[in-house]
Amino acid sequence: MNLSFNNKKITGILTVVPSNEVLFEDEIDQYNFTETQSLRLKKVMGYNKKRIVKNKTTCSSDLCFFGLDYLLENNYINKNEIDALIFISQTPDYLMPPTSNLIHKHLGLGCDVVCFDINQGCAGFILGLFEAFMLLEQKSIKKVVLFNADVLSSKVSKRDRNSNPLIGDASSITIIEKTQEDSRIDGIIKMDGSGAFSLHIPAGGSRIPITPDTGILEIDSEGNFRSKNDLIMKGDEVYNFVLSKIPSLIEDVLKLSSKNKDDIDYYLFHQPNKFMLDKLSDKMCLNKYKVFSNIVENFGNSSGASIPTTICHNLGNLLKNDSFSVCLSGFGVGLTWGAFVMDLGNLNFCEIINYDE
Amino acid sequence: MKDKIINILTEIRPEFDFKENLNFIENGMLDSFDIVLLVSILEETFSIIIDGLDVNPSNFYSINSIIELINKNNKQ
Repeated sequence: MNLSFNNKKITGILTVVPSNEVLFEDEIDQYNFTETQSLRLKKVMGYNKKRIVKNKTTCSSDLCFFGLDYLLENNYINKNEIDALIFISQTPDYLMPPTSNLIHKHLGLGCDVVCFDINQGCAGFILGLFEAFMLLEQKSIKKVVLFNADVLSSKVSKRDRNSNPLIGDASSITIIEKTQEDSRIDGIIKMDGSGAFSLHIPAGGSRIPITPDTGILEIDSEGNFRSKNDLIMKGDEVYNFVLSKIPSLIEDVLKLSSKNKDDIDYYLFHQPNKFMLDKLSDKMCLNKYKVFSNIVENFGNSSGASIPTTICHNLGNLLKNDSFSVCLSGFGVGLTWGAFVMDLGNLNFCEIINYDE
Repeated sequence: MKDKIINILTEIRPEFDFKENLNFIENGMLDSFDIVLLVSILEETFSIIIDGLDVNPSNFYSINSIIELINKNNKQ
């Protein structure tokens, strides 16, 4: 689906990461790698350190509340100006109520402020922007707060070498609002339900409720141990999906926005792992300095919050006083993939803060 | 080139004999992470960049298929 929006912009991005840092070396004994393999994979895949919550009961909303309180204390946002909240996650606090209602309560917002949850993963930032831009088409909505938050570390088997070294926890808070500036935003979003089980957690919903049996670890053909309560990522399928779909997506969105590759200052992609991102930028013949691939090695892949983390970590200071032409792209569970070409800059805030449990 | 590849494969999975004419994938001699490692070492050793879509088990099942892959990406 091709999309086009006018007179809307991002005015602030905050990322919240747990202060608890886990090194790849700390968990190396859990995987069936030889030492040589481990060290090589560390370099190639970007395994290094990740931020994950320490307490099992720390929820996505806790990271959001912490970030919101920081923004309020520093007068970066005025809660009376908020017209809508969007919360995007695969790890909500409860099946019901929606986590966005808990955030609504935390802020003490009025009944005219709409809020809703969306179940999305690594394309969640793109989907969230899409929803925010659509909401802003309403006369009564001037400012939307988008939350991308996941504590997926609790849904990954510690003995799954495909996923555990990569997964990090984080939340991001993005402010999107109307602007008088002549800003054009072009985008494309695509879905393919036939790949729905390339990334999934079998148990925990209505189809397979959690029981003592679903928690039993089983070994797969590559020697990974995981239970039905844990995330299954079919690495080969996801890799082929990304390498076959994203280059043409980027080409098409550039065409839609009447720009060529060199017109874009930065390609801000979801951060699955370094190998995949390097192969992706090689395939698209993009200049390496325009594509960041350093989030997995510093924070871990935090799903929907990975693009905001990439922005804050790499461009945080620059974006406060300058503006760039960027191409944002997210891809993952669903399967879902999408991209936006837009101007990003002169932000009121763009930083990463640490959440102490 | 053949000997170099066998040495690299043996370094990655020393428990297997890659000189034997077996299907490396079907026989469980290489898994997806081994392929990622292999790609990075081949790129370094032969100064090539292997196309992302070629990082597929079907291109790594034998010494000949790996040689074919190197030659293909060497021309690009």
